[in-house]
Amino acid sequence: MGALSGWRVVELSSDGAAFAGKLLAELGADVIVVEPPGGSPQRGYGPFLHDTPGPENSLHWWHYNTSKRGVVIDLESEEGRDTFRRLVTGADVVLEAERPDRLASLGIDYADLCTVRPDLVHCSITPFGRRGPRHDEQATDLTVLAGAGPVWSCGYDDHTVPPVRGAGNQGYQTAGVWAAMSVLTALLYRAESSKGQHLDVSMHAASNVTTEMATYGWLVARREVQRQTGRHAAPRPTGDTQVVCADGRFLNTGVPPRKPIEFKALYEWLVELELTEEFPLAVLLEMGGHYEHIGIAEIEEDPMIGEVFGAGRDAVALIASRLSASEAFLGFQRRGLPVGAVFAPEDIVQDPHFIARGFPVQVHHEDLERSFTYPGAAIRMNGSPASISSRAPHVGEHNAEVLGPLA
Amino acid sequence: MGASALGHVRICDFTGQLAGAGATRHLAAFGAQVIRIEDPVRKGRWDILRGSPPFKDERRGNEFGAAFQNHNVGKLGITIDMRTDRGRELLTELVRVSDVVTENFAAGVVERMGFGYERLRAIKADIIYVSNCGFGQTGPYSGFKSWGPIAQAVGGLTLTSGLPDMPPAGWGYSYMDHHGGYFMTVGILAALCHRLQTGEGQWVDMSCTEAAAALLGPAVLDYTVNGRPTRREGSPNSNRDATGTMVPHGIYATTGTDNWIAISCREDREWAVLAAEIDEGWTTTDGLQTVAGRLARQDVLDAELDRWTRGHDRHELAARLQTLGIPAAAVARPSERMDHDPATEAWGLWPTVDHAAMGEVRVDGMPVHLSETDWVIDRAAPLLGADNDFVFGEILGLSEAEIADLRDEGVI
Repeated sequence: MGALSGWRVVELSSDGAAFAGKLLAELGADVIVVEPPGGSPQRGYGPFLHDTPGPENSLHWWHYNTSKRGVVIDLESEEGRDTFRRLVTGADVVLEAERPDRLASLGIDYADLCTVRPDLVHCSITPFGRRGPRHDEQATDLTVLAGAGPVWSCGYDDHTVPPVRGAGNQGYQTAGVWAAMSVLTALLYRAESSKGQHLDVSMHAASNVTTEMATYGWLVARREVQRQTGRHAAPRPTGDTQVVCADGRFLNTGVPPRKPIEFKALYEWLVELELTEEFPLAVLLEMGGHYEHIGIAEIEEDPMIGEVFGAGRDAVALIASRLSASEAFLGFQRRGLPVGAVFAPEDIVQDPHFIARGFPVQVHHEDLERSFTYPGAAIRMNGSPASISSRAPHVGEHNAEVLGPLA
Repeated sequence: MGASALGHVRICDFTGQLAGAGATRHLAAFGAQVIRIEDPVRKGRWDILRGSPPFKDERRGNEFGAAFQNHNVGKLGITIDMRTDRGRELLTELVRVSDVVTENFAAGVVERMGFGYERLRAIKADIIYVSNCGFGQTGPYSGFKSWGPIAQAVGGLTLTSGLPDMPPAGWGYSYMDHHGGYFMTVGILAALCHRLQTGEGQWVDMSCTEAAAALLGPAVLDYTVNGRPTRREGSPNSNRDATGTMVPHGIYATTGTDNWIAISCREDREWAVLAAEIDEGWTTTDGLQTVAGRLARQDVLDAELDRWTRGHDRHELAARLQTLGIPAAAVARPSERMDHDPATEAWGLWPTVDHAAMGEVRVDGMPVHLSETDWVIDRAAPLLGADNDFVFGEILGLSEAEIADLRDEGVI
């Protein structure tokens, strides 16, 4: 039984609400996704099954709507709005990402819905929040991430190349996970107080507080970071942390060795691989074994420590360049050195570790007489397991079972 | 001030860095009593952010790290030497009166400390235990070490962030420390919901790499369903729209140095408006009127658009396109979005707290406003052991003399 079983969420299908709804559904809530006649515009998003567009073929829709039930309601008609109100009467949560004034103009905003469901938790996800001077700006995931900070920090050492928006609609997903947190917080409060409330989630604010040092470096020290290839943006340039391995794939070298045991392990592996003759700085690795701990401050202050630290970084890069990314990843990690292979999304669902943990899961599509591998629930709850309970719904698939009893 | 949503929740908190401390930070802002436990012998330096830059001024040391300060606002801070018998007894007493135990040590550390889930459950039957590490507590890589960039690399976020024929750009910060923390918060709250309904506690085992992979769903399905890998010609190009519905969709140069604007057209009508605004011959090229046509000519379209935007100021152009109803935004520098953005200011996104050592500092606020139980951030991160008297005295009921003895013996 999922942690949220017994709670019902009504989600108005949209880019902004989809991920929050998916998270709550995986946790066991009964999430009913409401689409307009003809189906959600998200059904027009690629990629598609066999590259063939069609309302039931969108892999984007498939991913974001697992474990939900789907109904079609025309909110533009009075009859549809009546149905929607009756649906909300039996729900605990409304999740929506409509333009700030749309639901009010239809007479189905929080203030209206409260009259049919006084303890409703109503969560609105909008680009800039429902209040404030920019609430009516047009926005997409790209423009939000550009204006909210993440893009400034991502890209390449060469600043004539445009900065980069990371993939995956992370602006929507960041707001989505905050929406899920807020809904759970409000449900816990409602259990104590019997009171519902309105939750106002801003995508712009969510990405603004998801930029690590770019933010508190300015807030506290008034230092602006500059983007760098494959590593943290920083106020001053730092050394590479991304190495091309022998198979052309990349390795993130993480934090170079700073402890005696790490220098020792690195030196020994260098010897084992017979690379010491090519690496005259190996002697510095042996010295590394004598420092108790090398911190950022020590590196800046003591030139010798800086040399030792640099030698460690170079030795990691040398070894990585002679092995495949996977060999380097496993070899370093098994020696206690934290590095990471730069995996593609497809690598993860085929990797023995993630398979052993049950992260990739099979989702059955009985309509296609096939099962497909999906990324599973990332929240591993041993007492109330989170899971994908069903494929995404077809257009109006659950109209009869959900809306029938309301008529 | 409104009511507090989580005022009845007490958290016995071993977290640190961002992936852990970031999670309990949110619960504190919503009113939970978060008791952060640190090691008096190593002076809490397991959390390397304690004494790490950035710093507010020339002062350095264990109480001056701005990142630590940011991630631990609203929490209480105590010290316990877990190597001592008395220290382990104190923790046992604290667990007995807590709802949740949180940690993000490497896998197995808490078990070796003698406080794995079975032991915690023996102390308090309905305890919720939430662990969060790079690769989770089980599986072949459970012993592997991680921090943000490694979780991002292994989780697929690094490779997918970049431009064609270039190395991965990756994320220029520990995005997965933020999200690892967010997922951890959801896990904690969901476990509290389950306990509310059933009276049962449980163990929640979080993995930052799995959280990362869960953020790339459609790309995974394109491979598992269609057999199309992310590593292919022209891919990734993450400034473009992966759904194939928005063209143009990119980041373009503007006047000045390192100044950029993001523009996306969601439908043909928006492109038609933009084309009329550009008012150059190339915009009327046959085929550009439809999404399919623009997708087929996207390289040329992007090059022409970039040539056009180079003649414009990014702020003026973004404002102009917004008045036309086209999504556009200047790529904001840190100083701009924190000091000159009316949206973040009106939201109250950067609250100020008064830190006992650093003085007044601004911190990250919360991107949500709750109408009944909004967040409050008005208390800075605790100095090492700052709340020992309150927690051991008021919560565990020890006398002043007993607490003094604990101090003398080095237990706290």
